[in-house]
Amino acid sequence: MSSVYEQIGGEPAMAAAVELFYRKVLGDDRISHFFEDVDMERQAAKQKAFLTLVTGGPATYSGKDMRAGHKHLVQRGLNDMHFDAVAGHLKETLEELGVPAELVGKVMAVAEGARADVLNR
Amino acid sequence: MAKVKHEAAWYPLEPGETVLDGLLRQGVNVSHSCRAGACQSCMMRAVEGVVPPAAQVGLKDTLRVRNYFLACACRLPDGQALEVAGVGELRVPARIASLTPLSRDVLSVRLETEGALDYRAGQYVTLLRAEGLARSYSLASLPRERTLELHVRLIPGGAMSGWLATEAKPGDRVELQGPAGDCFYVPGQPEAPLLLAGTGTGLAPLYGIARDALEAGHTGPLHLFHGAREPGGLYLVDALRELAARHPNLHYRPCVLGGGGGEVEEGALEDLVRACLPKRPTGWRAFLCGNAEGVLSLRKKLFLAGFSLKDIHADAFLPSTPRVEPVSGAA
Repeated sequence: MSSVYEQIGGEPAMAAAVELFYRKVLGDDRISHFFEDVDMERQAAKQKAFLTLVTGGPATYSGKDMRAGHKHLVQRGLNDMHFDAVAGHLKETLEELGVPAELVGKVMAVAEGARADVLNR
Repeated sequence: MAKVKHEAAWYPLEPGETVLDGLLRQGVNVSHSCRAGACQSCMMRAVEGVVPPAAQVGLKDTLRVRNYFLACACRLPDGQALEVAGVGELRVPARIASLTPLSRDVLSVRLETEGALDYRAGQYVTLLRAEGLARSYSLASLPRERTLELHVRLIPGGAMSGWLATEAKPGDRVELQGPAGDCFYVPGQPEAPLLLAGTGTGLAPLYGIARDALEAGHTGPLHLFHGAREPGGLYLVDALRELAARHPNLHYRPCVLGGGGGEVEEGALEDLVRACLPKRPTGWRAFLCGNAEGVLSLRKKLFLAGFSLKDIHADAFLPSTPRVEPVSGAA
């Protein structure tokens, strides 16, 4: 069966989703400080890699990268509350793009599976 | 230990030291200004050896494939050797054509180049003096004009601006390197609303971009905001009012933090800009220039307000940051 990534439209859908998603996390005072970056394009590229990963697209990122990539953020206090906030924005983004509930559920299950790696547990 | 060869001599680098810092430390005169990989004043060419990719970020592909790199962003892995050369071949000789004050602390510097310098209105160049002093300035002129125009802010104790303000005279020879930067107007979608916002000499590129867009037949509204602390910091006010009178789609909005009145609005640039945006700024394009902190903050606000990142062209001006060196004797 094809991945959620393919079912929702592949790379062009990710390009549309990433700005929506990045705008939500950057506009959320609870978590925006984890996403501040002088180079906004680079930060957007990271978000796109994350969206591609959780939708089962061509993997550019592994669980190990996820762990290493968030280690310094965990040291700065990244915790479950922040993870839940980001997950909430992910869900809203997909819903706003009209992704069917069933596929949204699949993506959220994958995202949940990344929790331990992201929080370095 | 990594090492660099420059003009037949080898120079060792400390661990983690950039090629620029290593050469300067050992007395080699290398042009440089921002030391942050932006101004490109410290560009060099690798004749032999491997250039780390980080040292080529922001360079045009045509320069990259010819092994040009930025010395301030070049850190060599331990044990590596790099043989470098200057970039004299990329520099264009020029003469100062005129020096005209635009306000109390902004000087218009017009330059006549010997040979072509192909640029887009809004890009920036590095101005170099014979002994290597280098500073980057945005271009306020249009490519069709006979001279290049820079707006130079007079900085107390500034090496280049001080020289331009007090010693330089028409006819003096300098060199130019560049252009660089991607804050410029690209024709297409002539009806799109354009937002141009800048503080201080951030007006220079915006003045070029606005005129470039108007001459290219842009029909959509151009909202040009120029911010200053007080009215004395604004310049080209009459020229822009006159330009706006000739082009009804150009909305010139000078603003100050204090002492405004008449046609000069009072308030924070960011607030005035946001007040002019529709709820959904679909199709808008933005050009932001000037003070780095202001540019980065406004870019974020515009993105959150619905601008697409690809539609925000930002040019954050970085100050020149000299090495801290022991001062020998009184200046």
